[in-house]
Amino acid sequence: MSSREPDRVEWESGLEVKVVYGPEDVTGSGGDAGIGRPGEYPFTRGIHPSMYRSRPFTMRQYSGFGTAAETHERFLFLIEQGNTGLNVAFDLPTQCGLDSDDPMAEGEVGRVGMAVDSLADMEEAFADIPLNEITVSLTINGAAVPILAMYFAMARKRDYDLATLRGNSQNDILKEFIGRGTWIFPVEASIKLVGDTIEYCAQNAPRYSPVSVCGYHIRESGATPAQEMAYGLAIARAYLDHSLERGLDANRVARGLTFNFDVFGNLWEQVCKFRAGRRLWAKILKEQYGVTDPKAMHMRMIAGGGGGGLTIEQPENNIMRGAYYALASALSGTQTMALCSYDEAYTIPTEHAAKLSLRTMQLLVHEVGLADTVDPLAGSYFIETMTNEMEAEMVRLMSKLDAEGGIVAAVAEGRIQAEVNRQAYERERRIAGGAVKKVGVNIYREEEAERAVAMHPYRREEADAQLDRLRAIRAGRDAAAVATALDELRAAAGEGRNVMPAAIDAVEAYATVGEVCAALRDVFGTYNEPILF
Amino acid sequence: MTSRPIRVLMAKPGLDGHDVGVKVVCRALMDAGMEVIYTGLRSSPAAIAAAAADEDPDVVGLSVLSGAHLPLAAKVVDELAKLQVDGVLLLAGGNIPAQDHDALRQLGFGGIFPTGSPLDEIVGYIEQEVPR
Repeated sequence: MSSREPDRVEWESGLEVKVVYGPEDVTGSGGDAGIGRPGEYPFTRGIHPSMYRSRPFTMRQYSGFGTAAETHERFLFLIEQGNTGLNVAFDLPTQCGLDSDDPMAEGEVGRVGMAVDSLADMEEAFADIPLNEITVSLTINGAAVPILAMYFAMARKRDYDLATLRGNSQNDILKEFIGRGTWIFPVEASIKLVGDTIEYCAQNAPRYSPVSVCGYHIRESGATPAQEMAYGLAIARAYLDHSLERGLDANRVARGLTFNFDVFGNLWEQVCKFRAGRRLWAKILKEQYGVTDPKAMHMRMIAGGGGGGLTIEQPENNIMRGAYYALASALSGTQTMALCSYDEAYTIPTEHAAKLSLRTMQLLVHEVGLADTVDPLAGSYFIETMTNEMEAEMVRLMSKLDAEGGIVAAVAEGRIQAEVNRQAYERERRIAGGAVKKVGVNIYREEEAERAVAMHPYRREEADAQLDRLRAIRAGRDAAAVATALDELRAAAGEGRNVMPAAIDAVEAYATVGEVCAALRDVFGTYNEPILF
Repeated sequence: MTSRPIRVLMAKPGLDGHDVGVKVVCRALMDAGMEVIYTGLRSSPAAIAAAAADEDPDVVGLSVLSGAHLPLAAKVVDELAKLQVDGVLLLAGGNIPAQDHDALRQLGFGGIFPTGSPLDEIVGYIEQEVPR
């Protein structure tokens, strides 16, 4: 036996991990008073009393391909396979608020998701899908106004009461400025538009969650797990603050906020991140916002394996990584799980890879007992100590951010972007130097032949068909009605009114995503990206 | 020989918003003493060529992760030719599968650095290829 001192262990978030934990560590880190019971404030152990025993996590894979017709087929396949929710991917022109015939859209139409130009595309994609039974998650941010408007217009045309719709749109524009990049309008106007969707849903579709605050992409951009949660909560607070300025009720608004977090890296760090974040959010709402409805204090989230941990080297290893990430998500009490597929480091997942991800999640529920009991790690000296320490670190990060002018200014000036990118660079350097170990990359590496990988094919004919479809829509609609509707939208935006009613009328008249966004750009202008290193 | 540092123009053509990689590469090049101009997200091929004409770089690097690298790279090459920008080393990085490397080389891209390429390899390649 060696008698040498064990190596120092430090998590990415900067917390040091001891060799052994005991009750004195829990006491020293703040005690066990905050553990509580599942389903009770401060929700450290989960937002429901019986968690997965009553209902396992929803499994929702990100999907959406090419045309609306193809996406529709894919949705039916996923539902048949046991998916209980749909997570819709849009192509980049749609996400950036451009029509398929925009010069900037060339080569991108239908490539990374479904192309949506008009309401007709949404109607085709969701044909025969019961909108009041399946929860639909729309991964749309910069162009959330026209896409949400289309979703509501479609539901209205199919005679659904908007109050029965469940699901969510991502619609977290602040994180788009940090990572992911599908911003359109300047920062302040963008927050105002998010506020419009929050207000519209609070008044018309109270069970629909208009915003899913994404720590996920902040983490993927280089943030530590503690920063992911702290910055995510700061962003959620920014939307809440804006909504309160508009006179909305904090209880109502908070109920419409959901969260989307990333899982990769150290398993325990992820679990403590979620337990601490859930508790901190409940405390912030109760203590700082006077929220009284316990359900409004729930951090409802989608969490799952992120792309940031996956490697191109020995890609099959990503299947095992995904399984561990799914395990971490389940041990963290997520409501919905999505898992990056093993081929996602280099392509849009193939059907086979997506199915393996779904099976990974199903295995956890049905074979290995992850649904047996609630928050099984609770009471561990280690987990409770580190949950306390993670919470303290998140509080520290949020206070620092506030002292520096708050999250909105930090994002508008590009400071957060520069900070997380510097960290991404340093991490890359540590992987290259061997300080951060990645199996198959800097340890157990194998010479691999350059392989031709199965890429999701890009079919020119489909893009052309989408252009034909768009031309047909433009030719067949009532042009005067569209022009009037777009004028009204510009007027609403210019006068500071909520743009959603006018946007819904416009898309119902088959105004396109590009036209709606152009009208809003006429009023708000375009974001000018700060380049800061 | 001149002591002017190597100038690199880095760009994200198209609509792809994945910019972690390109900014990390920018940092690596700056750390290696190069001058780096980064054009930001959603640059059109014409805007990239115009920036190249203005900035007189030794290297133009494109980063694309959406899969649209071939049409975008071809357009950037066309636009550079229109503005008579020549003699620059062209690099492509991002989500670029092996089967597309030949097509990029035929377009004139000397260095192709798919996701996961070591930073030192990129720095070393530029230092070796840019005449000093």
